[in-house]
Amino acid sequence: MAAQVITAEAHADFDGELARLLEAIYSTYQHDFRHYAIASLRRRVTLAMSRFQCETVTQLQERVIREPEVFAQMLQYLTVQVSEMFRDPGYFKALRLQVIPVLKTYPSVKIWIAGCSTGEEVWSFAIMLAEEGMLERAVVYASDINPDALKTAAAGVYALNRVAQFSTNYLEGGGTGSLSDYYHANSKSVVFDRALKRQVLFADHSLATDTVFSEVHFVSCRNVLIYFDKPLLDRAVGLFREALVRRGYLGLGARESLRLTSHGSAFVEIARTQRVYQKC
Amino acid sequence: MLSAPAAPQPMQAAPQHDHVEAVVIGASAGGIEAVSILLSALPKDFAPAVIIVIHVPATNNSLLVEVMQPRCALPVSEANDKESVRGGVVYIAPPAYHLLVEPDHSFALSVDPPVNYSRPSIDVLFESAAYAYRERLLGIVLTGANADGAEGLARIRTFGGKGWVQQPDTAVASMMPASAIERAGADQILSLPAMAAELAGLQAAQTS
Repeated sequence: MAAQVITAEAHADFDGELARLLEAIYSTYQHDFRHYAIASLRRRVTLAMSRFQCETVTQLQERVIREPEVFAQMLQYLTVQVSEMFRDPGYFKALRLQVIPVLKTYPSVKIWIAGCSTGEEVWSFAIMLAEEGMLERAVVYASDINPDALKTAAAGVYALNRVAQFSTNYLEGGGTGSLSDYYHANSKSVVFDRALKRQVLFADHSLATDTVFSEVHFVSCRNVLIYFDKPLLDRAVGLFREALVRRGYLGLGARESLRLTSHGSAFVEIARTQRVYQKC
Repeated sequence: MLSAPAAPQPMQAAPQHDHVEAVVIGASAGGIEAVSILLSALPKDFAPAVIIVIHVPATNNSLLVEVMQPRCALPVSEANDKESVRGGVVYIAPPAYHLLVEPDHSFALSVDPPVNYSRPSIDVLFESAAYAYRERLLGIVLTGANADGAEGLARIRTFGGKGWVQQPDTAVASMMPASAIERAGADQILSLPAMAAELAGLQAAQTS
């Protein structure tokens, strides 16, 4: 990380400039980051400023608004997420034990992975569903606001040096075979079996501005809500509540909860540590 | 709840220059012992919030709260996303997440990439807290074998907050405090026992 000389004056109105940048992005590109938590955005925008050699947020704003290709790159900074396959393996284990057996009783099942980013969770779900004999009668909606991330997600290609961690997680999460059953490796990367995604629909969808697009039985939205402020958190959980069938399930990140939303009473917690909820 | 001084205290005193609303602490190698020495010195009526990042391996369950609570008179808890920061409470960053403070003094978590190979990163907490608390913040850098916290402490001091650093030759690992002093300078450079005593006196100094 390059050391920067920062004076209090230079940062006196950083948050104000940031708010104007987000307004400009919204009115120009209809991507709404105005209700994202501010402290993480500050860091992300500072990294983008350094990438685009802008000394102030206002300079960055001018470029982003004038040059759509700069915005496309900027979106990578604004939505950066680090995930891995079968992240928090206990979550997948809980799903296999407590949720999948119930979902198996439905003739067909719709699953929404909201904020899927580069797709690690999507492929994890596809593998789990295949091993549980459910893939053929499942539809998986994988949504994100970042078109480049969705392309990466659909490609299913991941760096080889990440696969050891993926494999460990897979086994800890209750995988019944070997992760290598599902990919082909070359010298630098692994490519997941395209047959796994025949039931997956990738969709550009925003939890900030879009509405519900389908009724679903399960929503998995992990480590996305931590980036939202309270009103947007409430909106997003409201969409999940609306999309879910009665007795449908909601899975959140390991440190996310419904406690500070107005929807807490609409759900019961069925796996406390793993943050799995069921709609009443 | 608990108030020792007999003299009535105004609920909202006029802002004092040295009024500390939050203390942020960063520690790495050797940090559990170092932090517990500071926490065990805090009086029950310690007014500021205490927010701590200790580098630990990324497992889902952190034992830090269980380790620290018996040694501390104040309530110790893991910081929850979007929860309001309260004075007189000790908060510890959950493993594998960055911990940040929002302008409205609530917590935010993030899974952005590690900073200084660390998540949680001390720099990330300190920088966000510097914006949130400005001159009403005290940042403390303790023992550690990397440079996390140096940049964050510089931000705190730039924004008018105070910076204390553990005297490097008294630290289990000297690199982190030495890096902080080199990058950010310090208002005080102290051994752990001296720092514990200073910290415990912070609240008394404010209310006298």
